Amino acid sequence: MNEASRGALAEADAMTQLAASMVPPPKPAWRRALTRISRLWLLAAFLIVWELVSIFGQRINPQLDVMLPPPTAVVSAAVDLIGRGVLFTHIFDSLYRVVLAVSVATLLGVPLGLAMGWSRRIRAVVDPLIEFIRPIPPLAWIPLSILWFGIGDVQIVYIIFLAAFFPVVLNSLAGARDVDTYLLRAGLSLGARRWTLFLTVVLPAALPQIFTGIRVGLGIGWMALVAGELVAAPSGLGYMINNARTLFRSDYILLGMVLIGILGLALDYLMRQAARLAMPWHVGQ
Amino acid sequence: MKGEPLLALLDVNFQVVKNEFFSIVGPSGCGKTTLLNLLAGFEAPTRGELKVGGEAIREPGWERSVVFQEYALFPWYTVIQNIRYGLQRKRVPEAEQRRLVDHYIGLVGLRGFESRYPRELSGGMRQRVSIARALAVNPSILLMDEPFASLDIQTREYMQDELLKIWEREPKTVIFVTHSIDEAIKLSDRIAIMAPRPGRVEEIKKVPFERPRDPTNPEVVGLAADVKLWLRQQVFGSKTE
Repeated sequence: MNEASRGALAEADAMTQLAASMVPPPKPAWRRALTRISRLWLLAAFLIVWELVSIFGQRINPQLDVMLPPPTAVVSAAVDLIGRGVLFTHIFDSLYRVVLAVSVATLLGVPLGLAMGWSRRIRAVVDPLIEFIRPIPPLAWIPLSILWFGIGDVQIVYIIFLAAFFPVVLNSLAGARDVDTYLLRAGLSLGARRWTLFLTVVLPAALPQIFTGIRVGLGIGWMALVAGELVAAPSGLGYMINNARTLFRSDYILLGMVLIGILGLALDYLMRQAARLAMPWHVGQ
Repeated sequence: MKGEPLLALLDVNFQVVKNEFFSIVGPSGCGKTTLLNLLAGFEAPTRGELKVGGEAIREPGWERSVVFQEYALFPWYTVIQNIRYGLQRKRVPEAEQRRLVDHYIGLVGLRGFESRYPRELSGGMRQRVSIARALAVNPSILLMDEPFASLDIQTREYMQDELLKIWEREPKTVIFVTHSIDEAIKLSDRIAIMAPRPGRVEEIKKVPFERPRDPTNPEVVGLAADVKLWLRQQVFGSKTE
């Protein structure tokens, strides 16, 4: 074997090793779970610091008891409210309102957005109206909607609907409008017309954007829900927070805030899973 | 579209015979893609007529199916569903659909990949799905718009051979747009050479050699050199050799 071929062999060997090192052997499930949990160290550190600050801070300033209850107090507040049977009622009422409102926004907004994206004529007529109403913050509707619907589910659902409707419409519109010309042409040249073209090309092509719109709508709707419940509501997490404020129960306030965060995250997670199930061909998300 | 209206094509006049492999070459902006879009029915000519078997072309349809450069496969359909798409639009009976899809999957060599989504396939494989999809509807003309331009050179040459094999096994009128003269000479019976501003067919050359054509054969090299020189003069206006 001469020098050159030995060199080539060594190089090939090095390449194999490089390739092998680029594909790590699959780790066992418990190792992966451990890796995942270990990424939460910053969150854990935050909670510990919070706990320490509020416990030791109380010795210096007793007001901190009310100003900043420790995480453990939030947990015991949760146990307390679950024991009295009210916590799940608040959670359920809030979830019910947001799911109902976003469903209505989806049922109305997706067809409208798709129609606007698909037909330039419809877009030209509807767009000015949409652009007129859209910049008004949903919260600015609260006083009027209380006059219309009174304080209750309908009024809050209406506010959430307004918040969720526009992102749903605009994303569906963009999805239907920006369908790849070549996909439309492929459909046309294979004999698809109007409705078939719409159902087999435009709708699936717009689906990722539609899901994005619903996700954004859900996120904004969730914020509008809490704001709406803070102002006026007979129940719900926003109501719980506001009620706790009048009672100086800052542990309930914090519990409400944490729950709103967690539930918002959970709703978004569910939407992402739904999108993955509905679009097995789609990468990303 | 903004700006001045552009005269894309002027006095284009040619006839393609049945089962002919007809290529259109030319520099960018010579209107070869516009010509293909007219043939497909995606655009309508401002004047003049395009006919297939005596019938004027009015709109796109499966009798002139298209293979696009970027494949244009439906990402939400699997290989099988993509190939079946045109058959469903044609309302071919279910059993016949299955038979045809199976046949074309075999013809383009994609057995084992039936349930894959396009994103799970390589460029060459995607283009084979696209060819199968266009052939499955049994068009009277197969329109191909730079179908191999996005493939790497090895895949490209392989796909050219594959296309020739398919075409020899199932003869079909093919109109093939490309900017590669070598590709046109390798594949075609005749080549229309187009020139830009305004787009026009300058010359139609016969390729008289037997297939498979050896690109190193002096006669083939000579023809390619002729066409290239001629095109360079068209584009740069120089008489350099």
